[in-house]
Amino acid sequence: MAITRDEVAYLAKLARIALSDAELDHLAPQLDQIITAVAQVQEVAAAGIPPTSHATGLTNVFRGDEPVPCLGPEAALAAAPAVEQQRFKVPRILGED
Amino acid sequence: MTVSYEEALQRYEPVFGLETHVELGTRTKLFCGCPTAFGAEPNSQVCPVCLGLPGSLPAVNRMAVEYTIRIGLALNCTIARWCRFARKNYFYPDMPKNFQISQYDEPLCTDGWLDVVAGGTTVRVGIERVHLEEDTGKSLHVGGATGRIHGAEYSLIDYNRAGIPLVEIVTKPVPGTGFLAPGVARAYVTELRDLLRSLGVSDVRMEEGSLRCDVNTSLSARGSGAWGTRTETKNVNSLRSVERAVRSEIERQAAVLDAGGRVVQETRHFHEDTGVTTGGRSKEEAQDYRYFPEPDLVPLAPPPEWVEKIRAALPELPAARRARLQAEWSLSDLEFEALRNAGAVDAVEQTVRAGASPADARKWWLGELARRANDAGVEVVSLPITPADVARVAELVAAGTLSDRLAREVIDGVLDGEGPPDQVVAARGLAVLSDEGALAAAVDEAIAANPDAAAKVRDGKVAAAGPLVGAVMRATRGRADAARVRDLILQRLTGA
Amino acid sequence: MELTRLTAAQLSAALAAGEVSAAEVTRAHLDRIAATDAKVHAFLHVAADAALAAAASIDQRRASGERLGPLAGVPVAVKDVFTTAGMPTTCGSRILDGWHPPYDATVTARLKRAGAVILGKTNMDEFAMGSSTENSAFGPSRNPWDLDRVPGGSSGGSAAAVAAYQAPLAVGTDTGGSIRQPAAVCGIVGTKPTYGGSSRYGVVAFASSLDTPGPFGRTVLDAALLHEAMSGHDPMDSTSIDAPVPPVVAAARAADVSGMRIGVVAELSGEGYQPGVTSRFAEAVELLESLGAKVTEVSCPHFRYALPAYYLIAPSECSSNLARFDAMRYGLRVGDDGTRDAEQVMALTREAGFGAEVKRRIILGTYALSSGYYDAYYGKAQQVRTLIIRDFEAAFGQVDALVSPATPTTAFGIGERADDPMAMYAADLCTIPSDLAGNAAISVPCGLAPEDGLPVGLQVMAPALADDRLYRVAAAAEAALTERWGQPLLRQARGLDA
Repeated sequence: MAITRDEVAYLAKLARIALSDAELDHLAPQLDQIITAVAQVQEVAAAGIPPTSHATGLTNVFRGDEPVPCLGPEAALAAAPAVEQQRFKVPRILGED
Repeated sequence: MTVSYEEALQRYEPVFGLETHVELGTRTKLFCGCPTAFGAEPNSQVCPVCLGLPGSLPAVNRMAVEYTIRIGLALNCTIARWCRFARKNYFYPDMPKNFQISQYDEPLCTDGWLDVVAGGTTVRVGIERVHLEEDTGKSLHVGGATGRIHGAEYSLIDYNRAGIPLVEIVTKPVPGTGFLAPGVARAYVTELRDLLRSLGVSDVRMEEGSLRCDVNTSLSARGSGAWGTRTETKNVNSLRSVERAVRSEIERQAAVLDAGGRVVQETRHFHEDTGVTTGGRSKEEAQDYRYFPEPDLVPLAPPPEWVEKIRAALPELPAARRARLQAEWSLSDLEFEALRNAGAVDAVEQTVRAGASPADARKWWLGELARRANDAGVEVVSLPITPADVARVAELVAAGTLSDRLAREVIDGVLDGEGPPDQVVAARGLAVLSDEGALAAAVDEAIAANPDAAAKVRDGKVAAAGPLVGAVMRATRGRADAARVRDLILQRLTGA
Repeated sequence: MELTRLTAAQLSAALAAGEVSAAEVTRAHLDRIAATDAKVHAFLHVAADAALAAAASIDQRRASGERLGPLAGVPVAVKDVFTTAGMPTTCGSRILDGWHPPYDATVTARLKRAGAVILGKTNMDEFAMGSSTENSAFGPSRNPWDLDRVPGGSSGGSAAAVAAYQAPLAVGTDTGGSIRQPAAVCGIVGTKPTYGGSSRYGVVAFASSLDTPGPFGRTVLDAALLHEAMSGHDPMDSTSIDAPVPPVVAAARAADVSGMRIGVVAELSGEGYQPGVTSRFAEAVELLESLGAKVTEVSCPHFRYALPAYYLIAPSECSSNLARFDAMRYGLRVGDDGTRDAEQVMALTREAGFGAEVKRRIILGTYALSSGYYDAYYGKAQQVRTLIIRDFEAAFGQVDALVSPATPTTAFGIGERADDPMAMYAADLCTIPSDLAGNAAISVPCGLAPEDGLPVGLQVMAPALADDRLYRVAAAAEAALTERWGQPLLRQARGLDA
């Protein structure tokens, strides 16, 4: 097996997706199949081949340090599910500061 | 069971390291043109990019890169010929994209050093790396007792700070400082802060969060050669806290080890009020940030000419400046360190520039003013007196208008808000009495009023002139120059 | 004249000549949408009022003597992956249902500046992941050739809109083939410009290093006109090319392949390719030869690793790009009943808001980037990418353009591959290599497969920045083929107007 149901469950947690058991049952074998297929890339002898992260070959693209108009709080918060004191209101956050 | 600091150091060697985050003082954010001004209304300095709205893309602020190179050069680092930004992936509501654009295995600057003086020794702190990344938003935790995250009911997020350029400076581990460790850590942060300030890249205010430190501490048993497990301490918000945090961690870890326990690799929180750290998130299971090169940004390849231009434009760095001033002022190492410890180097320099001699400037700042600052419980530079004022007072003394004693009164007046020195002198009538006639009259009066003392002086007991001088000083309300008065009395009575 | 049957070029001329008003043109297309979209479901949002207002404004400006560009008054449909200020933008996902972006994508802004009239937002596979629009949270679009078949994906709505004569032009995005494959199965023209040729600012990101906005049209010239209007350097997109747009319109008009060296990619054939696709493709190649092109076979040996490499790189990038959909700042929020913490609300929202394919790719991407797996999967895929780029470089050292079928089969049935991810992925076999390399590629109709009477697309590939070559070859093929057919291929589509 390229990937187990438990591993899929762990990855879903990492990705913050609350998969149901039924979904896990359905997705895990599919992912197993896909991972087996994509693992083909390992067949390629690529010793000494540099990886390509950017196809354009561009470097050093910059902008100047000039301020531009902002959205404004109203537009920024317009789509927010909840707002209080002109801030995005979110459910309590566990964990460290 | 607690262990004292001294005991801890008998058995263990401390090793510490520091991770410092510096908010750059660019006008705009790292990846967008939103302003970076501190204190704006919540969510008033945001745009699709720093809010991470779907479809938005980052664009790199050249000035932020320049500032980072400037910092790297000042820290004697190698500047990368080619490097990339990377995504650090984790979920947290103060991070709009749930990834932070940072740098991972290709930092812009590497392998430098910063010399630091503490306890009379110079320690070369190695710099592992300097890299550029974006800051997160700020959360207000509502509903809990302390305003901290624990027990909060919900949180409110302001993204004004999200996207502000941060430079992360990581030291190499610093071993071998022994009992000086806390002091060296503090001295490092102080020196770094002064360096950054001199470079003009940040206002480096720890209290405003533009300079943030995390301290790593570990202990190894003396003579074992093996390094211990290190903890990371956060919430270290002042220079004093840096020192206290290192010290308290040394004591705590020593106690754990002495009891046969194991130091847990974790992130701890420093408490200003108690001076100790408490445990928090365990770092045993290190987070997998799934770093990969940022696809929305192209690599950085600073052209050598640009780097050299930045290097050529570096200002005089604090260490070089201090060496120069020490030589100019002809001070010994100890004397200069005293000035540094009093935080008075800048003040003395400015006072000298305003016309005083180095000796005078030093005398006043380290003497009277340091004493007054100490009494008031403040830093000497926050006294309400300017270097120009001090230079003026020194000038008046040199000119004979003020005696040392009167000068101290003038200083009092300035500190009490009565105005600049000349105004105080006039208002309080403190100028040295230079009118020879009036002086002579006062001398004669004192002689007449103290015939016994006068007789003794005539007989050659010069010491008896003391009370006569005192009488004249009282009569002139201290405005006479005591030495001159004494001369006059002796002249009158002995013809000498 | 039936306004909806005119090409964009013809409409442009008519508008410029004052023969027809932008308002009339817009109304005709809105009527066509109203009459047919219940069946085709190309659109998620029809912006009738805004479109009519924009058209009226164009008419006014023209009446006052202002000289307007070629696309002024020409209707265009926009894939719902581009942000449109004040207009909904869902990316085919429940998680963005109801979201009105506060800003326009650069492409949106350029279309507006060109005077094009935006009719509305088209359906797509959720977050551009798919080859059929069956992954849309709002139901699939249907192929105007046969309503029980898919229009391809992920830009299926845009392709269907153009093929159904609802709009003469549409914009989409191509990441693994999402413009070319729908164009091929719908019998229209679709181009993936050189990566970076068209700005990604405002394109909701799927795979950042692959996403490329591009044009759809019923003719090669139409696609070229739109290509030119929507492309060009954008300082808001750091990966955008700072060079003039290649002369695509001129090349489309030139339509001359004599002397051009054309290479048939050996690896893009064989098992899995429908016989009718293979035969129509072969005939198209012969045709090009008869027009003066020198045709040879070229080998790109690493192309067979392109699909697995793509299905590592794209999910990896998307797992990170889609992390922002967490219920905190916009979009769907599920489960916030006052007892749950932020992480729980995030997880419940993403569970409810994302469809199965999106979840698959996010998990796959999370896996491929995990420490311990990075080198073997993502790292390896990036190396394969280098090898594919080198294959192309070697090939383009021998020929000026490469050709292949655009996709191995004609339009498959709705539901046929929906539960078989690997079968679905196979639709991208021919198109993926160009995405990985960042090169330019186009699909132009080259006939109907005899076995099912459905359109087949000829794919032409050119080196990066040589987009004009695509149009030169495609236009030549189109002219010759149309002459052979006696009429534009699309006239034979019976799905809608039986």
